[in-house]
Amino acid sequence: MLSRVAERMYWFGRYVERIENTARLINVNTNLVLDLPKVKFIWASLISITGYEDRFFSRFTILDEKNVIKFLLDGENCSIMTSVRMARENARTTREIMPNEAWEKINKLYLYLEKNLHKGIRREGRHQLLKDITESCQELTGYLSGCMSIDEAYNFMKIGSDLERADMTTRILDVGCLNLLNPEHPEIREYETMLWMNVLQSLTAYQMYRQHVDDRINGEDVADFLLRDEKFPRAVAHCLSDVNESFTWLPNHDEPLRSVTRAQRAISNSDVAELLASGDLHMFIDDIQADLAHIHNQLNSTWFDYQSD
Amino acid sequence: MDLKGYKAPANTYDELFTGNQRSRPGLKDIGNFLKKTSLKELNRRKYDAELAIRSMGITFTVYSDGDGGNIDRNWPFDIIPRTILKKEWQPIEKGLEQRLRALNLFITDVYNDQKIIKDKIIPREILASSKDYRTFCEGVTPVLGIWAHVCGTDLIRDGDGTIYVLEDNLRVPSGVSYMLENRNISKRILPEMFKNYNVLPMDNYPTQLLDTLSSISPRPMDFPEVVVLTPGIYNSAYFEHSFLAQRMGAELVEGSDLVVGDDNCVYMKTVAGLSRVDVIYRRIDDLYLDPEVFRADSALGVNGLMRAWKKGKVALANAPGAGVADDKVIYTYVPEMIKYYLGEDPILPNVPSFICSNKQHLQHVLANVENLVVKPANESGGYGMYIGPYESKRRTAEIKRLIKANPRNYIAQPIINLSTVPTLCDNSIEPRHVDLRPFILQGDRTYVTAGGLTRVALVKGSLIVNSSQGGGSKDTWIIEPIKRTRGT
Repeated sequence: MLSRVAERMYWFGRYVERIENTARLINVNTNLVLDLPKVKFIWASLISITGYEDRFFSRFTILDEKNVIKFLLDGENCSIMTSVRMARENARTTREIMPNEAWEKINKLYLYLEKNLHKGIRREGRHQLLKDITESCQELTGYLSGCMSIDEAYNFMKIGSDLERADMTTRILDVGCLNLLNPEHPEIREYETMLWMNVLQSLTAYQMYRQHVDDRINGEDVADFLLRDEKFPRAVAHCLSDVNESFTWLPNHDEPLRSVTRAQRAISNSDVAELLASGDLHMFIDDIQADLAHIHNQLNSTWFDYQSD
Repeated sequence: MDLKGYKAPANTYDELFTGNQRSRPGLKDIGNFLKKTSLKELNRRKYDAELAIRSMGITFTVYSDGDGGNIDRNWPFDIIPRTILKKEWQPIEKGLEQRLRALNLFITDVYNDQKIIKDKIIPREILASSKDYRTFCEGVTPVLGIWAHVCGTDLIRDGDGTIYVLEDNLRVPSGVSYMLENRNISKRILPEMFKNYNVLPMDNYPTQLLDTLSSISPRPMDFPEVVVLTPGIYNSAYFEHSFLAQRMGAELVEGSDLVVGDDNCVYMKTVAGLSRVDVIYRRIDDLYLDPEVFRADSALGVNGLMRAWKKGKVALANAPGAGVADDKVIYTYVPEMIKYYLGEDPILPNVPSFICSNKQHLQHVLANVENLVVKPANESGGYGMYIGPYESKRRTAEIKRLIKANPRNYIAQPIINLSTVPTLCDNSIEPRHVDLRPFILQGDRTYVTAGGLTRVALVKGSLIVNSSQGGGSKDTWIIEPIKRTRGT
């Protein structure tokens, strides 16, 4: 397939995943705020997860619920609307590749949000809006996995969505740790269990954690589950295994495959309890993110940025 | 809905009703449907159609110079179909095939022996001054001797019911995807009508197009690599490019996806490396195809593409230079071409035309310009057209000046009262003028779409049907009445 099209499919996969993740993240944290009205930094931590603090403060002076939600719904960079717009644009330029229903779905979501996005700013309309968004994404993913051959186009899209997922999981976990270890708010320790639950819920991992790991929620197990579990679809190890498998279907895959196995090895050799105890988990997560960035660069140089002349 | 007030303008042929709102023979069910269905119900169906168009993302792009950039508009569609009986359509189909065969013979001739000029059928100076004549193509005969593989011919019907050819589009004719999508929508919106009639299907067009393109591959094989070359997402017809690529299962490429190798073959850049391309269905104008030969500033084309084509390493559809037969002055000679090359009488007549480079014609045109349509020889999309009775005095003076300055660039035609079709307007059904663009393919076989794209002027009284200038479209039904067997 064409390099240009492969790259667009990859980004399409990333953006669709980002839309869904962002919607879930807002939803879960809105619920958390209802439980912990006194804890002030929850909204701030959402901005930390995106990594766009500077962009946020160039637009807003006050970091409060309304502004954070505005930023996440309709900001310039990582917002839901931007991601929908980009996913639609990538789909529009690869319409001949993906099933019609998939294009129609993302187009409909775009038209729907153009009209209804503002309803998410106030708490009353937020839940419904976010639910509609996640469901649209799920339907879209359903069409794609149900109606598209597992060909190169599909693999590039899948790689995009797996890398985006892994990236989001590391970010949410990272911010969770930072909050708990924040020396300025020692009182937060009191809510430790609730915050770890929140980390799990942000990744829709709560139920599976309960079923497969432990009835009690504790930091080591949560972090271990989200980083090293092979079976949970949003765990980093699982995402990387998927990427590994997708790579093997693609031509000239040696270099990219090397970069993903390196990342997999680092994770499987890690001792999460130890990292958490020594306070090194944050640095370890930084390393994983660097690995993810490296895999992305390998994709670029191997398949997208083809230079013949 | 009450159609008592429905009346086509004077001297105008209505495709569905004769005077007094009587349906034409064979079309009674459609006429009755309109009469029996309430306005509310028709509006509901119109709304459904608009919704479908929006969610399917059927759009076209309107270029604008303002800050808004280009605007993606939803495709304007009227739910009431335009109908033609199959027995009337069959000779039209033959006429269209005949025309395209003659045009292709003409193009091969003008780039090679120029017999038609030597035999004084067409004056040499007309060819020499054609904007779309490409000296680069001299001496070339493409595979099967075909230059225009895809042709969109515009047909109109005069007040007396005669169907005329208005123009042939041989460069990069567009509209076929809208024709196919219109059918999809009307199947959704008017399902019951398909029960009463046998409406000839048209959805095999992409397959026919792929067959046509495959038949001109320089490497004869089962599945040559066919690609669609688009200028990109900002082109007004991008929707169509992507639509056709998808339906044919062909790659949709942009100029930057292609390279010409040292072996003069064309390759596309894929994730597995370079891959050879055999046939390019190009939707880019000649002059942008290859910066080495034509416009050096073109960012849309591919360096060396013309070299590859001339060496026969890749097929281009339509071939560069095919536009020479698209010229509106050349158009006036098509009936002679048919006699000259095929030895046949033309089945479809041209609209009678005055060639301004002819002195007698020129005098007549200048004296009667207020009653004529004047067209520049090399424009498409209705641009630069002058319609006498509707123009201001200033514009009339201007067109006279333009014609005198460059008579070769203009032809003039009497005003044809384009036929009308009932159209759902704000709260009423009114006659609106239409034309028809069927698409004709020629490769190792010829093929004509069953019907075509009907374009409709949505503004009352207007004769301008171009979508870029406020026109809409209708589904076109070639109808074979179902014979009801006795006893059932």
